Amino acid sequence: MTLNNIWVFAQADGDTASTATLELLSKANTLGGSVTAFVAGSAGGAAAAFADHGAAKIYETGDLAGSLPGPAVSSAMQAVISGGDAPDVIMFPQNYEGRDVMARLSVKLDRTVLTNSTDITVDGDSVRVQTPIFGGSKLVNSTFTGERPFLAAFRPKSFEAAGGAGAAGEVVSAAAGELGATGGATVTAVHVEETSGPKLDEAAVVVGGGRGLGDAEKYDMIETLAKLLKGAPGASRAIVDAGWVPYSYQVGQTGKVVKPTVYIAAGISGATQHMVGMKGSKNIIAINKDKEAR
Amino acid sequence: MNVIVCVKQIPDPALPGELDPSTNTLKRDGKLILDESDSYGVEMALQLVNTAGDGSVTLVSMAPNDEVSGLRTALAMGAEKAVLVSDLALAGADALTTAKVLAGAIGRAGDFDLVIAGTESSDGYTGTVPEQIAEVLGLPSVGFAKTITVDGGTVKVDRQTEAGYDEVTCTLPAVVSVTAGVVEPRYPSFKGIMAAKGKPVDTVTAADLGIEAVSWAQQITSVDDAPAREAGEVIEDDGETFNKIVEFLDGLKVI
Repeated sequence: MTLNNIWVFAQADGDTASTATLELLSKANTLGGSVTAFVAGSAGGAAAAFADHGAAKIYETGDLAGSLPGPAVSSAMQAVISGGDAPDVIMFPQNYEGRDVMARLSVKLDRTVLTNSTDITVDGDSVRVQTPIFGGSKLVNSTFTGERPFLAAFRPKSFEAAGGAGAAGEVVSAAAGELGATGGATVTAVHVEETSGPKLDEAAVVVGGGRGLGDAEKYDMIETLAKLLKGAPGASRAIVDAGWVPYSYQVGQTGKVVKPTVYIAAGISGATQHMVGMKGSKNIIAINKDKEAR
Repeated sequence: MNVIVCVKQIPDPALPGELDPSTNTLKRDGKLILDESDSYGVEMALQLVNTAGDGSVTLVSMAPNDEVSGLRTALAMGAEKAVLVSDLALAGADALTTAKVLAGAIGRAGDFDLVIAGTESSDGYTGTVPEQIAEVLGLPSVGFAKTITVDGGTVKVDRQTEAGYDEVTCTLPAVVSVTAGVVEPRYPSFKGIMAAKGKPVDTVTAADLGIEAVSWAQQITSVDDAPAREAGEVIEDDGETFNKIVEFLDGLKVI
């Protein structure tokens, strides 16, 4: 049995589809079978982009009224699945909401999860995902052995977003069931810390700073250089943890994945945690007093 | 205010990681230490109990071979007791199984208001366990907390997002996962280390928690070496090296 029905957990910021969603839809569209986007909230103006990247059907939960998407979306997904539209694979983006929905759904359906992957292949009856470990020096290939649907999460920028699919993008409502105690978390305020200039995960040049800069004030140099190069400033986990810059600057396993034309690493030792987030950079310039820094 | 903290004992991340050639899973047979990313949760729990003025911090953990050295570190920081699920049948368990086992251990640990976990472990980093535990226990959850304040029957959390952070209010009991840097973990004092030796660790098997059949529906089929990146050119700074960087950037047409 091949893959007949693939779902993608889809996200949008207002009417703008998230890049990670479009990447996953594009990949799903190459695996054979029909592709469905499952949206937290309303698809709105993003529906056209979802369809253009392969979504024949779009489920939307409707307004979540400030509740975190994990319990609500997983409940809506479970309801559709028990109603008979059962996917073979559900692809999630490796981000906050993707993880939350996937984790809740995994318990509801009693299915294992494979996360942090960068590729998926279908070989006859088996579905294989590939996951980099040890900072990307080894690639682990895993197959799902249980019942479908298989739940897999993929790092951003694992696949190319390709429009022009011209799929129908029929929008279907899929409401969440009664959440009970699990729905007890509500967002009361939203704060945005983005810097001016290009977004970190979209910039052609990224200048990353690390502990080797010496102290928090020196990070100004990183901001200045990034601005001069029309790029974005980034940071290692060490200086985010130390409170020098906000978390939204972090590049790495638990931060953003960047693939710029040039990545300039200043005072960054190249820990596994960081390498995972920038190893896809086309060119890397490392400035370090340690010649052995990776 | 009773807080349960999920902690993981992992191989020292300062040492190079190794895969067991027979199973291709991470080797965890040497000495294990407290995952640094869990020390933030332990510290946060101790501070919340201290602020509340009553209650205690209980640890739950899962590890093969009765390993307790990481638990002793957290007990030395000030946690009162621990439940350790030690069962060879759980070696290589997936995240869902881990969550079911930890949820069972939480049930055994006694009454609680809050469960705290790290957002992801430093060695396996599947990153779904806290949310899965919440679903198994039928509780609400907030992931990626950078601050936590308890206010009567609710907890207020600043939750990290891609763009900044959200303020979230959540009913108790709840599961909250914390990021590194949420608080500065204390170093265990000498007195704490001595006291930790006598603190109770309740060691149980999966069967003791009523979890009989243990299996998971994923299999590692092979491990490949990633294509190596070409070694870069090393230039020692002679005071003029910035010219070479400018030249390089110019060649790439980014300036």
